[in-house]
Amino acid sequence: MAVLTEEQTMLRDAAKGWASESAPVGALRKLRDSKSKQTFDPAAWAEMGQMGWAGVIVPETYDGSAFGYLGLGLILEETGRTLAASPLLSTAMIAASALQLGGSDAQKQAWLSKIATGEAVATLAVDEGAHHAPARTALSATQSGAGYVLNGTKTLVLDGEAADLLIVAARTSGAPGDTNGVTLFLVAGDAAGVTRSHLSLIDSRGAAKIAFDGVEVGADAVLGEVDKGWAVLEPTLDRAYAGLAAEMLGSASAAFDITLDYLKTRTQFGQVIGTFQALQHRAAKWFTDLETTRSCVEAALEALDAGADSRALASLAKAKASELVHLASNEMVQMHGGIGMTDAHDAGLYMKRARVTEALFGGASFHRDRYARLMGF
Amino acid sequence: MADFGGTDLDAFRADTRAWLEANYPKSLNAPMGEDEAPWGGRKMVWKNPDAKLWLDRMAERGWTAPMWPKEYGGGGLSKAQNKVLEQELRRLKARPALMSFGVWMLGPVLLEYATEEQKQRFLPAIVRGETRWCQGYSEPGAGSDLASLQTKCEDKGDHYLINGQKVWTSYADQADWIFCLVRTDTSKKHEGISFVLFDMTSPGVEARPIKLISGSSPFCETFFDNVKVAKEQLVGKLNGGWDIAKRLLQYERQNISASGFGGGGGLSLVEAAKKELGVDGEGRIADGDFRARLAAHSMDAHAFMLTVRRAEAESKQGSGPSAAVSIIKYAAAKMNQERTELLVEALGLQGLGWEGDGFSADELAAPRAMLRAKGNSIEGGTSEVNLNVVAKRVLGLLDHQ
Ligand SMILES: Cc1cc2nc3c(=O)[nH]c(=O)nc-3n(C[C@H](O)[C@H](O)[C@H](O)COP(=O)(O)OP(=O)(O)OC[C@H]3O[C@@H](n4cnc5c(N)ncnc54)[C@H](O)[C@@H]3O)c2cc1C
Ligand SMILES: Cc1cc2nc3c(=O)[nH]c(=O)nc-3n(C[C@H](O)[C@H](O)[C@H](O)COP(=O)(O)OP(=O)(O)OC[C@H]3O[C@@H](n4cnc5c(N)ncnc54)[C@H](O)[C@@H]3O)c2cc1C
Repeated sequence: MAVLTEEQTMLRDAAKGWASESAPVGALRKLRDSKSKQTFDPAAWAEMGQMGWAGVIVPETYDGSAFGYLGLGLILEETGRTLAASPLLSTAMIAASALQLGGSDAQKQAWLSKIATGEAVATLAVDEGAHHAPARTALSATQSGAGYVLNGTKTLVLDGEAADLLIVAARTSGAPGDTNGVTLFLVAGDAAGVTRSHLSLIDSRGAAKIAFDGVEVGADAVLGEVDKGWAVLEPTLDRAYAGLAAEMLGSASAAFDITLDYLKTRTQFGQVIGTFQALQHRAAKWFTDLETTRSCVEAALEALDAGADSRALASLAKAKASELVHLASNEMVQMHGGIGMTDAHDAGLYMKRARVTEALFGGASFHRDRYARLMGF
Repeated sequence: MADFGGTDLDAFRADTRAWLEANYPKSLNAPMGEDEAPWGGRKMVWKNPDAKLWLDRMAERGWTAPMWPKEYGGGGLSKAQNKVLEQELRRLKARPALMSFGVWMLGPVLLEYATEEQKQRFLPAIVRGETRWCQGYSEPGAGSDLASLQTKCEDKGDHYLINGQKVWTSYADQADWIFCLVRTDTSKKHEGISFVLFDMTSPGVEARPIKLISGSSPFCETFFDNVKVAKEQLVGKLNGGWDIAKRLLQYERQNISASGFGGGGGLSLVEAAKKELGVDGEGRIADGDFRARLAAHSMDAHAFMLTVRRAEAESKQGSGPSAAVSIIKYAAAKMNQERTELLVEALGLQGLGWEGDGFSADELAAPRAMLRAKGNSIEGGTSEVNLNVVAKRVLGLLDHQ
């Protein structure tokens, strides 16, 4: 655990208490069993807003607490522990970052306060294929009068159906694969020509597929500069990688704690199964991976707070966290034996969430490749 | 008739091929849906009547249990002939005529341990797919440590009385009969267990389905409340059930691994990866990291397949399942888990769908198969327990505890 300030410790403890009492794993199960198409529980999100968690990285001028990325990471870790469904990542981390990194005063004025208080849900719409590939943005934005017209489809948009604001990566020049020629646009979630359809995913939260069919926006909808959206998009995505990694770290830690408890209580052959070395070593190795991943996640968040180049650290954190949740969810099921295979046990929910977070914003392959490129090999 | 005489075997192949071609219903060439698995039994609903026809035709020749003796309804084939039959079935890409715990697990131990009356009574019905069996082994407190089971079986003079609970009983709600391990002597652990058979419609039997993480419900909790069982349904000796139980587990592992677990939807891993990850100028999967991991997996799977073949060839000389069966079950579970994981990963977002729009049926099958595969290293004895067995029995390493 990074050395936390007193305020950070208080924030973490508050998040831990709230998540375990108000948003335990059972809440996600309930959301799933209600067959709702909502990707989060609005009442829980409202509470998070009241506690100020949506504004952790937002400056005080816009009603935030300017508490920084490590602070938000601590909350994401705690909500990750209980698989709490909320737009914290999409809105408070990713969209708030994009607006701060690239927004004009007017854009910040229009959106940041609403985000910080939990009034507005906002999200980034970037990927268009089955795999994370931001540079391959193809959705077109063509100039029309003083504004632009957007045409194309985004495959997986977090909390996309609920979002008041979509931050859309579009191509204004160049070809898919070029980082030049990408432009970010602010589009109202209910703008004419926007069709949002629900994707029912294995993690019971789901996401939206969003089609843009001749969506008209004004010139003031451009976030950052035309053709130079990459300068905002890439650092925004680094925040997405690091924030998601913090959530994943929390899920893996909870899976570990639950399993460790089981190893200490389940008896077979007249002894608790935790006495079997075959399981002890794997628990110890799992713990090693948890600790090394924690170092990476915290380092990435701290680098963001310090304003340092955090690209390699963000990919390191996301790659390690992807490997970790994979290991953690598999081990959780295996060490629980048959009971871990049942729907009634939480192990399955951790496993399904793990597979979605692994793939989201690039899997381990994507981030290993990016890391290698950033390291110059 | 000589089993290995080339000409005899060639003639057998020609006959078999001709018969299969004439008798395999063409309508079964379509992929088999999960709800079409031919488990047979009283509750089976045949979606496609040709599947039932196929079962009946195969059963008529005893080819649903090709190597069992003819007097019990089996095919009476030699190993060599059976191999030919399997090859010819594969050549036709034929669906299995019957999937059956009776054929895979129970039948072989009945042949070995049951009385003549019991063999006559139970085996032919298994061959014909009339009786579907389930396995009543595990209990809430007795999983890996199976011998600690507590389900009580009392001698009431002219019958037995059974009370207790089983769990993870696959398809108990669909099965007609159960082969069940019960405790007949509480003063001893292994030597107090007996092996009994009874009808699942007996008064006092209740099976409640348990839902799995993959969304399906093949499992049950099974409760026995004063279930009366006729004494002639005890197999082997009273308190001698543990040897039968272990023998059956060997057949279970052998069958689990021989089938390689299978499943995973109709998608080809390589094709899916090429489609969703793209290819480079030379037609290779563009993502080098994924390609390297896929290559490593493919080589492991290849090595596994060669090992299965070698073990088969070697077992022709010996008799019964060998110790190598334990590593094969372990390796098969690992292979199937890796393969289903790689498919989900290759599909990216398209491999994360649970239901509804935006995904093809094959895509939706992929994550469910991946989740189901997690049970491969648990069912039929966990991988850890299998490795313990290999370490102790095969390698001669002593117990640490
Ligand atoms: C390069 C090198 C430098 C070294 N430098 C030093 C030094 O500076 N000072 C010093 O005092 N020693 C040193 N050692 C010795 C080292 O500490 C011992 O080799 C080590 O503790 C293992 O002991 P061993 O070789 O007797 O192996 P053993 O204890 O006989 O172990 C053999 C194998 O059994 C495994 N094993 C043993 N017990 C268990 C258990 N309970 N559970 C599971 N597995 C077990 C071990 O992991 C190992 O794989 C050095 C060794 C090497 C190789
Ligand atoms: C898909 C599926 C189908 C099944 N079908 C049937 C069926 O039809 N009929 C039936 O009777 N049962 C069935 N089972 C039950 C299965 O046989 C048991 O789940 C299995 O034996 C493990 O027992 P358990 O679940 O109680 O786990 P436990 O025995 O509690 O094991 C928990 C963990 O401890 C580990 N462990 C236990 N002992 C040791 C040891 N000595 N050394 C190292 N590690 C150890 C295990 O490997 C596991 O990781 C099925 C299970 C599954 C998942």
